[in-house]
Amino acid sequence: MSSNGKKFNWSPYLVGAGIGALSWVVFVVMANPIGITTAISQVAGGVAGVAIGSDTVAQNPYWMKHPVKLDYGTLFLVGTFLGALLSALASRSFRIESVPPVWLERFGPSVMRRMVVAFIGGALAMYGARMAGGCTSGNGISQGLQLAVVGWTFLVVMFASGLGTAWLLFRPRN
Amino acid sequence: MFPITGNSALILAVIFGAAFGWLLHRGKVLDYDVIINQFRFRDFTVLKVMFTAIAVGGIGVLVLVNLGAAKFHVRDANMLGTVIGAAIFGIGMVLYGYCPGTGVAAIATGKLHALVGAIGMIFGAMLYAASFAWVNAHILAVWKLGKVTLADVTGLPHGILLALLVTGAIAMFIAIERSGVERR
Repeated sequence: MSSNGKKFNWSPYLVGAGIGALSWVVFVVMANPIGITTAISQVAGGVAGVAIGSDTVAQNPYWMKHPVKLDYGTLFLVGTFLGALLSALASRSFRIESVPPVWLERFGPSVMRRMVVAFIGGALAMYGARMAGGCTSGNGISQGLQLAVVGWTFLVVMFASGLGTAWLLFRPRN
Repeated sequence: MFPITGNSALILAVIFGAAFGWLLHRGKVLDYDVIINQFRFRDFTVLKVMFTAIAVGGIGVLVLVNLGAAKFHVRDANMLGTVIGAAIFGIGMVLYGYCPGTGVAAIATGKLHALVGAIGMIFGAMLYAASFAWVNAHILAVWKLGKVTLADVTGLPHGILLALLVTGAIAMFIAIERSGVERR
């Protein structure tokens, strides 16, 4: 049972159709598909600029390709955060959560353990997404809906890898 | 008229992003348990959302491209990088419990572990930027197919492949709903 209750839930088919229709709009109006991780890289460039100096960041071959600025991608990312916040507030389902139920059942109540694994997982997901050319949104959905080879390769390999990882983490223990 | 550029495009980007974040929350996919249970075959919400989005989005975008209202934006298939990157991504997504978009959105619903994972994502992006010169030369340069689609690779028409995909997705949805696997 989810900790979020059920009242705000829409059908996953309706939500999927909504994301598909949003893709039509952004393809026409913005000439730019939905994506997330390029923008997170740009944010990371901004953070790195504070730590190591923006000149060093500007000379990095990766951040030369994706300079730190407020553009379609970074503002779409800001919007994604705001939209989720609005939905959570409107449905009164905003809840502080450090250890989700399925994790708790398997790995116990340690907040530190959950946070360390979330940090490592986030770092790996981001590194992998950049190498693969995008994440679930930019690669899986936006490239997948165009039948791009990169998108479908990503979807198949990502899902297989995730299944194996989930089995290792959550397999029955004796 | 389209595409829109300039400052109004930046405002629209926030609005379209907000629609995306709203939909992700309404679709339950900002819930760690829902995402993890997809990878344990106990909850199929993630597959339903993704494949409906791909099917509906794919049909509409193909029509819009044929009408001349939109263009395809197919990315390079650097196959070695995509395979290794997707494998790393799958491990990371299950450890985190979120993909990058749902992770950022989940912070806004109060998930502190999503916030810590997002700081991890910033760290991962820095590692990628630091290693990019090497990765670009030794991984992304291997097995490059260019901006190809499944239509290019198979020689079948785009519309036929999309029809097969939509049919397959509907068959998968019917199988999921009939199996009762989610009610166990």
